[in-house]
Amino acid sequence: MLYSTLIAPFTEFEFMRRALAGILALALGAGPVGVFLMLRRMSLMGDAMSHAILPGAAAGFLLAGLNLFALTAGGLIAGLAVAALAGLVARTTELKEDAALAAFFLVSLALGVTIVSLRGSNIDLLHFLFGSVLALDDRTLVLIAAISSLSLIVLALIWRPLVLECVDPGFLRSVSRAGAPAHMAFLALVVLNLVGAFHALGTLLAVGLMMLPAAVARFWARDVSAMIAIAIATGIASGIVGLLLSFHAGLPAGPAVILTAGALYVGSVVFGRVGGLARRLAPRRHLEA
Amino acid sequence: MTAQVRFRDLTLGYDRHPAVHHLDGAVPRGALMAVVGPNGAGKSTLFKGIVGALAPLAGKIDLCGLKTRDIAYLPQAADLDRAFPISVYDLVAMGLWRQTGLFGRIGARAGEQVHRALAAVGLTGFEQRPIGSLSGGQMQRVLFARLLLQDARLIVLDEPFTAIDSQTAADLLAVVRRWHAEERTVVAALHDLDLVKAHFPEVLLLAREPVAWGAAADVLTPDNLRKARHMCEAFDEAAAECAA
Repeated sequence: MLYSTLIAPFTEFEFMRRALAGILALALGAGPVGVFLMLRRMSLMGDAMSHAILPGAAAGFLLAGLNLFALTAGGLIAGLAVAALAGLVARTTELKEDAALAAFFLVSLALGVTIVSLRGSNIDLLHFLFGSVLALDDRTLVLIAAISSLSLIVLALIWRPLVLECVDPGFLRSVSRAGAPAHMAFLALVVLNLVGAFHALGTLLAVGLMMLPAAVARFWARDVSAMIAIAIATGIASGIVGLLLSFHAGLPAGPAVILTAGALYVGSVVFGRVGGLARRLAPRRHLEA
Repeated sequence: MTAQVRFRDLTLGYDRHPAVHHLDGAVPRGALMAVVGPNGAGKSTLFKGIVGALAPLAGKIDLCGLKTRDIAYLPQAADLDRAFPISVYDLVAMGLWRQTGLFGRIGARAGEQVHRALAAVGLTGFEQRPIGSLSGGQMQRVLFARLLLQDARLIVLDEPFTAIDSQTAADLLAVVRRWHAEERTVVAALHDLDLVKAHFPEVLLLAREPVAWGAAADVLTPDNLRKARHMCEAFDEAAAECAA
């Protein structure tokens, strides 16, 4: 019974195994990136960036149809361009970076939907917005796995300047010039992971596997390494549970995964060890010193 | 006297308005110097100029061969994210950047240095505390521990003793005196004139223009202090271009 509910769907159906592999890889890369986005107070920026890759992917679609390379290249170019442009506007005008991003991503989203509608059907549009995690082919899986491997390697390399740039940017500037390159590399990782997640979950849900696990982690750990471990575990658990839910209850797979992560988030808000509601409402007796 | 920092007709400021006006002179190597003056006198601006965070409007700052990484700088309000989940140990260990660089391991020897620095500022036992749980005075002690590890030739402290209790100030002053004994050059912006008279041999009295610079007793005269107080704080939007 337990076997047929929990294990059999994955052993019997290849599309379930593929979906699981894709989500596991995404969780490994996007989890740590999401934790840093959250710690830098850039959570909403992840959301904005995920919309920004749409017109690029859509332009790729317009030129080459549903071609993995065209969609990925288009998405990457658009994402990096919006990140760079928003940074430029923030640095050269009075507009702050968040406002600049908001402006760019709204335009991007509208542009992307328009471009897809020019050539494709509503099915194509749904694929762009919500992905098709149950239809990942070999090449897409390899792409997603490559992106998460690269993310982990790059994060290990830029770990120290990235942490220091979050805590004390003034000090980092006084001892090293690595701050700006580390920031750029990190933004590139954000875009890369969003493009990877886009293939599985679409532009609207791609950021879900990045930010929800990070938000969960904040409620359970007090140091960065532990947060990252928890974020990855949360992403993986959401993937397994979400796919099973979708299999048994006939729910759409991508949203089921994100909804599971959402449920874990709500649970953490209430029961979290670090600043959760339950601890606030029913505090334990204070200590002696 | 060998100079450590030399100002040559230095003017620093914002949007063409001078905050430090025509400063000439030199800080000797190994000096323990206080910079005093009213709020808005240009103390912080001068320090930003020294550490290279602000380019001069005119004139020059000569660091006599020092590189940016030879200078340790404690800003008045560090733009530190206290909510970031990092431990006291990890934050202080960042002071070893010159040794470790981007990738170097923080090994047993470095760990020993971190413990000694924490002991020197009276924070033994605080290693694993997240920085968010520290009081203002404890945070200042942590920043001093990090300065200790930076092993810098020139140490620039912007109002290091403001808003901390007398015990903490005394402990941190002992650290400053230790730096002086090690012949490092220390420049500190201060408001407590009694403390300056007691511990700082050299004083620069600044009120946008340099009012006096030299031995503490010669600089901190009632006459000089009155002059400094009458400095005009506001920028004049209609000011003419400086001819000097």
